[in-house]
Amino acid sequence: MPQIIIDGQRVEAAAGSTIIEAAMEIEKTLPHFCWHPGLSVSGNCRMCLVNVGFPKKGADGAPEFDESGNVIVMWGPKLAIGCATPVADGMIIDTQGQRTEHAQHAIMEFLLINHPLDCPICDEAGQCKLQEYAFNHSNGKSRFIEQKNHKDKRVKLGPRVLFDAERCISCSRCIRFADEIAKQPALTFVQRGDHVTIQTFPGMEFDSPYSMNVIDICPVGALTSMDFRFNARVWEMSFTNSICPGCSRGCNTKLGVRNNEILRIEPRTNMHVNEYWMCDAGRLEQYSFVNDNRISEPHIKGKHTDWESALIAVHEVLQAYNSSQIMIIGSAYGTNEDIYATIRFAKEIVKTTHIDFLEHRDPAFSDEMLKMTDRTPNHNGAIALGLFTNQHESQAEIIAQKIAKHSIKVIITIGENIASHPAFSSVLNDVEHIIFLASNDNETNKIASIVLPSSTYAEVYGTFTNEAHRVQLIEPAIATKENERFMGLKMSRWDKLGAYNDRWSQGEKRNSRPVWNILSAIALQYGQHWNYTSAEDVFESVVSTYTLFHGMSYVLLEEYQGLLLGNAKKPESKKVVYESHLLKPQI
Amino acid sequence: MNIKKNTELERMSFWEKIYLPEIARGLSLTFKQMFEPTFTRQYPEERWIPTGSYRGRPVLVLEEDGERCVACGLCSRVCPALAIEVQAGETDNVKERYPAKFEINMLRCIYCGFCEEVCPEEAIIMSKDYELVFTSQEEAILGKDKLLIPIAQLQDRLEFLRQYK
Repeated sequence: MPQIIIDGQRVEAAAGSTIIEAAMEIEKTLPHFCWHPGLSVSGNCRMCLVNVGFPKKGADGAPEFDESGNVIVMWGPKLAIGCATPVADGMIIDTQGQRTEHAQHAIMEFLLINHPLDCPICDEAGQCKLQEYAFNHSNGKSRFIEQKNHKDKRVKLGPRVLFDAERCISCSRCIRFADEIAKQPALTFVQRGDHVTIQTFPGMEFDSPYSMNVIDICPVGALTSMDFRFNARVWEMSFTNSICPGCSRGCNTKLGVRNNEILRIEPRTNMHVNEYWMCDAGRLEQYSFVNDNRISEPHIKGKHTDWESALIAVHEVLQAYNSSQIMIIGSAYGTNEDIYATIRFAKEIVKTTHIDFLEHRDPAFSDEMLKMTDRTPNHNGAIALGLFTNQHESQAEIIAQKIAKHSIKVIITIGENIASHPAFSSVLNDVEHIIFLASNDNETNKIASIVLPSSTYAEVYGTFTNEAHRVQLIEPAIATKENERFMGLKMSRWDKLGAYNDRWSQGEKRNSRPVWNILSAIALQYGQHWNYTSAEDVFESVVSTYTLFHGMSYVLLEEYQGLLLGNAKKPESKKVVYESHLLKPQI
Repeated sequence: MNIKKNTELERMSFWEKIYLPEIARGLSLTFKQMFEPTFTRQYPEERWIPTGSYRGRPVLVLEEDGERCVACGLCSRVCPALAIEVQAGETDNVKERYPAKFEINMLRCIYCGFCEEVCPEEAIIMSKDYELVFTSQEEAILGKDKLLIPIAQLQDRLEFLRQYK
């Protein structure tokens, strides 16, 4: 392992690693635009230039010292780029000296020559690398007094990505992403010099299912999302860590929230799961159901009511039937906490053996990269916790047969829209009551006798177990009447300080609750005190009940970015987490 | 009783005790003021027109081809009282961004002028308007219809900013 010295700090760098990677190991980030750890090195932005030297050696090969006993360093005749220079034993690297700084100032001045002063209208402003470095690594002066180049400002690269050629600094990250990660080599540089711009090849468009990742990795605001464009400034949103519930991959995400509404979803680095990427479907489909078409109050037979009377009504309905006539359809969309509460509810309160969940498989959705056939985020959690009577029977047809066979009269369905499922259409006529714990309005609401509004994944603490049996933590981003007084709910300045008469803080706070909370409230109607005050309490019971979960806690799940089932005592080593945007506002 | 007396009455001299010279001095000031020039205005018949340096109600500059504002939201960010709400929208014009919604809550505004200072487009400036009357909280939230003022009426302030900003 080559030993190098970075800014006077001795580092054991991995053989073959580059200077920028070695610096990252000691939590030093060299300024860079074109380098991205997930992509190949292109070395064209020159921002990571550093001063590299070696100790001067005498005839005998021993390093020479000056009068005061310091090693005499033979600095290189030119600076070297940190992203493409492999480390060598004895290398001395200066990332902050006058020479390096002078080069950084020069590069910044050069890159800003044709960059328009678009920051006020640019979606990237506030998390822009160019802005950040113009502030930290530039002398703030330009000698360029001529007319700036003008290029096309609204070029459609694909159905979801818009390109602003003026803002582009030609780092080629998007081109390399399209070639190497999205495997759709549709983008290329055309022209030369200051006329250089990015285009799709004639007759092609950049419509890869991963195309929107280029928006995140673009170090400036040249690539913008057509879905989000101009919706909010970066600093107006709060960003909460979450997990994408779109499929069983469990990509780590951040939810950008303003006024109690998710405005955008972007990937969060987790080297064990999704690395730096996520699919466009996850970004575009996983927020509208949180924002719109929600059930915000409990209903009895289609009429609004309050929680108290709804829970009493549920108790009355359940009391009126034998436990063998009651079926519980759980949900693999729910968190492990919800599933555990469902199982406990079935075993201890209703005492029914009819408990199942539905599989949601969509082979058309899957691909080789991140997208999985299984569209539920917690299928493995449901299996691990035992949300079934017989395993491998989670098909709608089999459950429908059971309903008919056991002449089920009451169905408690947790989020599953069974009324719209063709398999259930014939059997539901004989069912007398459907108790529906649902977040969104759908067909089952119309036939359900009691509807209890449940919170979505964006409003609860909880854990999902993904396809690789990795348990990952989700945090609430949206305030409901149940969670609005949580400590640590991330809120932007406007959301935090808005008053009742401010029009900008009138986002609806729904009267929904997490599933585990609803089920323990029904248990209380039976006189059973579960004593759960938070999702963490429920998770602690999961951990103590199931050996697979032993050793897990929310703190550890957050620290290690998820833990593998049955492996919590020996977590994988933590890796350096690289985020493309570092200037997320912390308020 | 060993109390040392030092009352006001004991300390005053004879002329101070009878008050008359002081009354005469006070009245002389009153009579003098009668012949001084008056500063009182007969508002509202007589209205004061402030100079360009006056910080009245913040307004948006309206040019011939529409508003200057690009809805960057910096005024909203810098506003210490959180009075400003901006929602951007997209147009097909060369200037691709415009404020779809721009509201200033005049009950929150403290007339500090930070919004004017931070504005990169000189689009929000402080006007001379100081006569603000509202009969409800809703009415105090001014939308684009009330905020946009033609640039011709704002020349004094723009000239002031050109000189001193």
